Amino acid sequence: MSWKNFTNILKKRRKYSSSISSRSSVPKARTSRSTDKHEIFTRRAFLITVGQGGVLSLLAIRMGWLQIAEAEKYTTLAEDNRVNLLMLAPERGIIVDRFGVPLASNIRDYRAVIIPEKTEDMAAILEELRKHISYGKETIEDVLKKSKKVSRFVPIEIVNNLSWEDLAKIEVHRPSLPGVSVEVGELRNYPLKEATAHLIGYVGRVSEKELGDDPVELLPGYKIGKTGLEKNFNNELKGKPGQREVEVNATGREVRDLKIAPPASGKRLTLSVDIEYQRFVQNVLSREKSAAAVVMDAHTGAVYALASHPSFDPNLFVDGIGHQDWNELLNDPTYPLTNKAVTGQYPPGSTFKMITALAGLEAGVIKPNTTVVCPGHYRLGQGKFHCWKPEGHGRMNLISALEESCDVFFYKLSTSIGIDKIAEVAQRFGLGQNLGLELPEEKNGHIPTESWKKKRYGEKWQPGETVIHSIGQGYTLTTPLQLATMTARLVNGGKSVRPWLSGFMDQKPLMPLNWEQMDIEQEYLDLIKRGMDAVVMGDKGTARGSRIPDESMSMSGKTGTAQVKRITKAERAQGRRRQEDLPWRDRHHALFVGYAPVDSPRYVCSVIVEHGIGGSSAAAPIAKELLWEVQKRKLAESPFLPNGGLATGLTENKKKSG
Amino acid sequence: MFDTRTRLNDNTSVFQKFTNLNWALLILISSIALIGTLSLYSAGGGSMSPWASRHVLRFIILLAGAIAIALINIRFWYKLAYPVYGIGVVLLIAVEFIGEAGMGAQRWINLGLIQIQPSELMKIAVLMALAKYFHAASQEDMNRLSFLVPPAILVLLPVFLVLLQPDLGTALMIVMAAIVMFFIAGAPFWLFIAGGAGTIAFVPIAWTFLHNYQKKRVMTFLDPESDPFGAGYHITQSKIAIGSGGIEGKGFLNGSQSHLNFLPEKQTDFIFTLWVEEWGLIGGLLLLLINAAIILYGIWIAYMCKHAFGRLLAFGLIVNYSLYVFINIAMVMGLIPVVGVPLPLISYGGTAMMATLISFGLILSCSLHRDSKLPRMS
Repeated sequence: MSWKNFTNILKKRRKYSSSISSRSSVPKARTSRSTDKHEIFTRRAFLITVGQGGVLSLLAIRMGWLQIAEAEKYTTLAEDNRVNLLMLAPERGIIVDRFGVPLASNIRDYRAVIIPEKTEDMAAILEELRKHISYGKETIEDVLKKSKKVSRFVPIEIVNNLSWEDLAKIEVHRPSLPGVSVEVGELRNYPLKEATAHLIGYVGRVSEKELGDDPVELLPGYKIGKTGLEKNFNNELKGKPGQREVEVNATGREVRDLKIAPPASGKRLTLSVDIEYQRFVQNVLSREKSAAAVVMDAHTGAVYALASHPSFDPNLFVDGIGHQDWNELLNDPTYPLTNKAVTGQYPPGSTFKMITALAGLEAGVIKPNTTVVCPGHYRLGQGKFHCWKPEGHGRMNLISALEESCDVFFYKLSTSIGIDKIAEVAQRFGLGQNLGLELPEEKNGHIPTESWKKKRYGEKWQPGETVIHSIGQGYTLTTPLQLATMTARLVNGGKSVRPWLSGFMDQKPLMPLNWEQMDIEQEYLDLIKRGMDAVVMGDKGTARGSRIPDESMSMSGKTGTAQVKRITKAERAQGRRRQEDLPWRDRHHALFVGYAPVDSPRYVCSVIVEHGIGGSSAAAPIAKELLWEVQKRKLAESPFLPNGGLATGLTENKKKSG
Repeated sequence: MFDTRTRLNDNTSVFQKFTNLNWALLILISSIALIGTLSLYSAGGGSMSPWASRHVLRFIILLAGAIAIALINIRFWYKLAYPVYGIGVVLLIAVEFIGEAGMGAQRWINLGLIQIQPSELMKIAVLMALAKYFHAASQEDMNRLSFLVPPAILVLLPVFLVLLQPDLGTALMIVMAAIVMFFIAGAPFWLFIAGGAGTIAFVPIAWTFLHNYQKKRVMTFLDPESDPFGAGYHITQSKIAIGSGGIEGKGFLNGSQSHLNFLPEKQTDFIFTLWVEEWGLIGGLLLLLINAAIILYGIWIAYMCKHAFGRLLAFGLIVNYSLYVFINIAMVMGLIPVVGVPLPLISYGGTAMMATLISFGLILSCSLHRDSKLPRMS
C-alpha cells in the first residue's frame, strides 16, 4: 500500500468520524482547533481499536487452531503425559516332580529399601542400618550412586533375601531408621539344590544379549530361565505380565491407579522324575569324583532320574552369583556346572558292541551261531589290534563275545561290515544325534562315516579305523543319555523311544504316547539281549559281580571301558602301567548300560564314571544300585497325573469329602 | 442517542453518582473475576484455598476501592497526577535499596501487611502524568518536538528504573502504553514511523543487553520443541494443555495437565491455559468476548469524555489493560516469547489486581465526570 493510499483512507475515515462527532453531544462552544484535536483522537483511537480487534481475532484463530485442528495431537500428548503404564511381573510357574513335590518354586523375598526423600542423611542411615544387618561398605556407595539416578521417591534396594531375624531387627529399630522400609518380592527357589541343578537349571537376570521383544524383561529384578528346563520352558513358565495404568504428575509421582490388569502366573510343569529317586541317584554318584547317570523307562521314554556329579547350588545364580563362587565352580576340574548326562560326550567303549553285532547280523556277515577264535590280538595289514585280554578268549560266539566283551570277535567282523553300516545302525538306535530331551544343553555326540571323514579331513577312511570303531573307540562320541536310549531300544522290542522329562504343562499332557516300531529283526534283538543277560548272569560275565540279589529284580547290561589316552607301542612294550598309577585325567572312563528286570525289561540306565578305570569295577556296581532302587519304587506302575494328582480339582474335592 | 443518562455536575450527590455508575462495565469486570475464581479453585485442586478465597476477597475489597475512586471528582485526580507520579518514582528508587528479590529481580517492597510491586502502580502514574501533560496541549504544541521532550523524559525515567530491577516485561509495557498515549494525543505521524524503523535497527544492539534468561526465552520461543524438558517446557506443556482441551474442554476440575503439575505457574501467568483446558474453545472464546466488551466499553467511555485529560487517561488505561490480556494469552498459546505478564483479574496476585482495579476506578471516574470542567480546558 502506498503512502498516498493510506492518507486517503485516513481522510475518508476523518469524514466518517466527523459525522459521528456531529451526531454526538460535542459542545458547540468548542473551537475548531479543539475539534481538530478531538478528531485526531477519534481517528487514531479508531485505528488502535481496529488493531485491537485484529489482535483479538488472531488470538481467537490461534485458539481455534490449537483446540480444533490440533486437538487430537495434543490430546494424545496430554494422555502420554498423564498416564504411565506399569508392567506387573507375573509369578513364574513352578516345577514339580511326578508326585507333586516342588523342585522350583517362588519364595517371598524380603528386601530392605530406602526412600531418599524420606531421609535427610542417607549415608548416615545406611551406616546405622549396618549395625543391625550385615552388608558391605560398598553397598552404601552403590545405594548412594543409584539414588542420584532416579527420582527421590523411588525406593532403592539395599539388601535382599532378609531373614526373619533381620526383618525383626529392622522393625524394632524403625524409629532410628527414617526412610528405611521392607518390600516383598519373589525369588526363585530350588529347595533340592544340588539334586536338581542340572535338570531344572536356574533363572537369572536378563542379559543384554538375551533381551527380546517382551517389555516385561526390562522390569527390574525380572528373571528368565538361563539353563536346563527353566530355559527350555521359559515361555510357558514365565506367565503373562499384568498392567497397571497409573496417573502420574509432572515429576513422575503416582497419583492414582486408573486400571489394573492382574498378571497371569506361569504354567506348572510336572516332570517324569521322582525327586526322591533323583536324590538317591545323586547320592550314589557322589561316591565318585565325577560321574553321570540316566535312568529311564524302556517303553515310554520317561526319564526317572538324570544326574550329574558334582553338582552345584542353583540358588547361588538366582540373584547373581558372587565372583568367588563363580570362579570356584568354573575352575573345578570336574566341571560341576556341566550336566554330563546330556553334555558329556564320551567314546562308548564296549557298550557299543551291541551295535556292531547288530550291524553284522543285518549285513549277513555273521550268523547267530558264527564263531571266531580270539588269540588276544587281531592283525590287519601292518596293524596289530589288541584284545583287552592279552592271552585271548579262545573260541567265541556272539553271546560269549558280549558276555566276556571280547574285542577280537568284533574286530574281525567289522572290516566285512564296513563303517557306514555300523554308523547306520548306531543312528537308528539313537546315537550321534539330538534326541530332543527338553534340556537345551543336550549334545549330539558323533558317529563317524566314510563321507564324514572325507569331508572333515579330506582323507580316505582306513579299514583299520573301522576296527577300532567296532569297539566304540576312535571318533565315536556318545552321551550317557544316548546310551540309555540305545539300551531302551535294544530291549523294548524295537520301539524307537526317545527320552522325555516333561509330563504335563498345567493339565495338558506333553509326553509322547506311541513310539514307532523300528525296522529290525526281533530274532537279532533277542540274540543281543541274551548276550547282555550273560554279561551279568553268565559265569564269565564282565559284570557278574554286580548281580542284584533279588532274582525278581535282576538286571543285565553291558560294561564299557573307554580309552582316554592312547596306549603307545613303547608303553605296551614296557609292560602296561597300572591305570591306578596314572594321573586321574588320563585314566579310562568306566561305563555301563543296563536294564531290569531281565525277563521283561522295564527300566534302563546308563552310567558313566569319568576316569573310573573299568566299566565292570566302577560303573556296573552303581547301575546295580540304581536299577534295584527304581524297581523297589515301582515308578513305572505309579499313576502319573498332572502335578502328581495333588492340585487337580477332583482330588481336592475328594480330600474335602473324605 | 448514545448518551441517555443524566448529566452530572459538581453538585451531584455521591448517591446519585453511585446510581449512575457504569454498572454494565462493573458486571463485565466481575464476571472476569468470577472466571478467575473458578480457575483458581480448580488450580487449588478443587479447593478455595490457597488461591480462590483470597482472590475473591481481594476483588471485593479492591472493587469497593475502585468504586470509591470512581466517585471522586476527576479534577482531584487531575490535580494529583504529578504528585502520584512523584511518589511512584520514589517507590521505584526505594525498591532498589529495600526491595526484596524474587525470581532474580528486585521487584517487591514489603510494607509489612502487604507486598507491593511499585512498577505495577508506576504504569498508572505515568499514564496520569501524560494525560495531564497532553490535556492542555494544542495541535500546534503536539507538532513541536521540543514540547514532546518533557513527556518523553516522564516516561523514560521510570522505564530506566524498572529496567534496573531488572523487569524487561513491565518496562516494555510502560513504553507501549506511553506510545499509545503519544499517538492518540496527536503527536506527528512521522514520529511513529521513524520510531518503528529505529526500533527495528536497535533490536540487534538491544539483544546484547539482554540477560541470559531473557535471551533463552526468546530462543525457546523461536523453537520450543528443541528443548522439551528445558526452557521450552513451559510453552510445550501449555500448548498441550490448550490443544487437549478441544472445543468443549475436559470439564471443570478435570484438567489433567494443570492438576498433575505439567503446567508451570498455573495459578499466575498460565491461568488462561488452565481455564481453556477445562472449558475448551467455548470457555476461551467467552473470555475473549467479555474482554472485547470491556475494551470497547473503555474506548467508548474515552470517546464520550468531553475533556482531553479524561479522554487520554481512559483510553490509555484501557489500552494498557488490553495489552495485558493480549500479551498473556498470546504468550501461553506460543505466539510470543514467555514474558512474565499476568492475565488481569484472573491470575492470582495482589498488586496486579490492585493496579487493574485502580485503572477501572479511574476509567469509571472519567465516565461519571465526563462533563466536568477542568482547568485550562482548551
